[in-house]
Amino acid sequence: MNAIKFLWAAYIATWVIHGLYIGSVARRYSRLRQRMKELRK
Amino acid sequence: MSLLRSITLATLTKDIRLEWRSRDAINSMLFFSLLVVVIFSFSFDPNAEESREIAGGLIWVAFLFAAVVALNQTWARELRNQVLDAYRASPAPANALFVAKALGNFILVSLLEAVMAPLFMIFYNLRALGPAWQLIPVAILGTWALVVNGTFFAAMSLRTRSREIMLPLLLFPISIPAVQSMVEATRILLAGDGSARFWIVLLLTYDVVFTTACLALFETILQAE
Amino acid sequence: MKRAFPILAVLTALLLTYSTYQALVVAPTERTMGDVQRIFYYHVPSAWTAFCLFFVNLIASLTYLLRKSSKADALAVAAAEVGVVFCTIVLITGPIWARPVWGIWWTWDLRLTLTLVLWLIYVSYLVLRRFSDSSQTPKLAAVLAIFGALDVPLVYFSIWFFRTQHPQPVIGNGGSLDPRMLHAFLINLFAFSCFGAMVCWWRYRLELLHREVEEMESLESLRGVTQ
Repeated sequence: MNAIKFLWAAYIATWVIHGLYIGSVARRYSRLRQRMKELRK
Repeated sequence: MSLLRSITLATLTKDIRLEWRSRDAINSMLFFSLLVVVIFSFSFDPNAEESREIAGGLIWVAFLFAAVVALNQTWARELRNQVLDAYRASPAPANALFVAKALGNFILVSLLEAVMAPLFMIFYNLRALGPAWQLIPVAILGTWALVVNGTFFAAMSLRTRSREIMLPLLLFPISIPAVQSMVEATRILLAGDGSARFWIVLLLTYDVVFTTACLALFETILQAE
Repeated sequence: MKRAFPILAVLTALLLTYSTYQALVVAPTERTMGDVQRIFYYHVPSAWTAFCLFFVNLIASLTYLLRKSSKADALAVAAAEVGVVFCTIVLITGPIWARPVWGIWWTWDLRLTLTLVLWLIYVSYLVLRRFSDSSQTPKLAAVLAIFGALDVPLVYFSIWFFRTQHPQPVIGNGGSLDPRMLHAFLINLFAFSCFGAMVCWWRYRLELLHREVEEMESLESLRGVTQ
């Protein structure tokens, strides 16, 4: 039964890491879009 | 071809002469090597029977660190006197510079190893139970493996921030198969536990592949500084 | 092309949901390992995606060296970064799987060790890119990628032979797969490949945007100087 914890740990770790990375890409992207708009003015 | 050889030789003798004149650098590296051996001896009890098993690994890790220290030195001088820019402007082939640097480093690191190896043998009471002569090709091929890539990556690191840490960061991952080969071969030869032939052949392959790669791509990165 | 992105992103998310459902619910429980084996459906597809991305980086790096295309360089960065992310997941899920099943956190398993070395090589690639100030960073990084690629077969052989000398446990599914397991595995493989491609594409667009902004900013400062 303890083994199931490992299963959840693996799946959750996977999505936490993907989430953090995609989040940072999204954040950088929107920040740059902002900057782009400012520069275009 | 003889132009290449004469430029290489000239650069090499210049480096050796410079190094000899400023013996401080060599002396401090020698002392560093000695310290590494002593610290390892304190950390890994040399009297245990296992030491024959791990000595291969210990020796090469010690050599690796000494090599990094040596490699970091060699391009620094060129940078200080803007020799690199002069070299880039000259029609001399880039490979001559690389070969000279690599050979110079090889001689320097071999010198350090020549000091450390007997010390290891003394502290760990090492005796090769396998064919001891095979340790020589292992040492030569292994040292060249570290030096050829080390010289190349040191050149790549020149214009990076934190240059000194950049070299081992780049060198260690790429050197993993070479280090594994050196360590395993040494362990096998010291313990008399089978044939080291596979590892020696792998080391040779590694050397051929990366020497070719370094020679082919050095021009590219020299121009890139 | 750009408008397709959100649609494809949603489709990929749906695909991943479906594949995870397959992995957790539909696939039968493995006899010897139990439910923990289901980590396999994430672990191996992630490894496959990471290796594909590193291969993309290699091709992009070569293209850059031969054609000096800055788009190729942007793709190289993107593929390397996303590849490292997937690689990290392989290195985390591997030990998490190994611990309950084989009792050990780490073993010099061929695929796992190769993944570790590739991870190290590509992290050093990313460090080089970050620490190198010169405008020739792309060239240096591309050369490093080539060195990494040359290293891979040597690493493979050295681990392979090492394992014949020092027998170690194999982290894997062992034996043949039940067809429903194979089905779930293939769906996850496809889903993660699409996911990897999407994230890489997004990162690539981010890199292009970043360069465009940098160019505009340097033009701005020039304009400021001449006024």
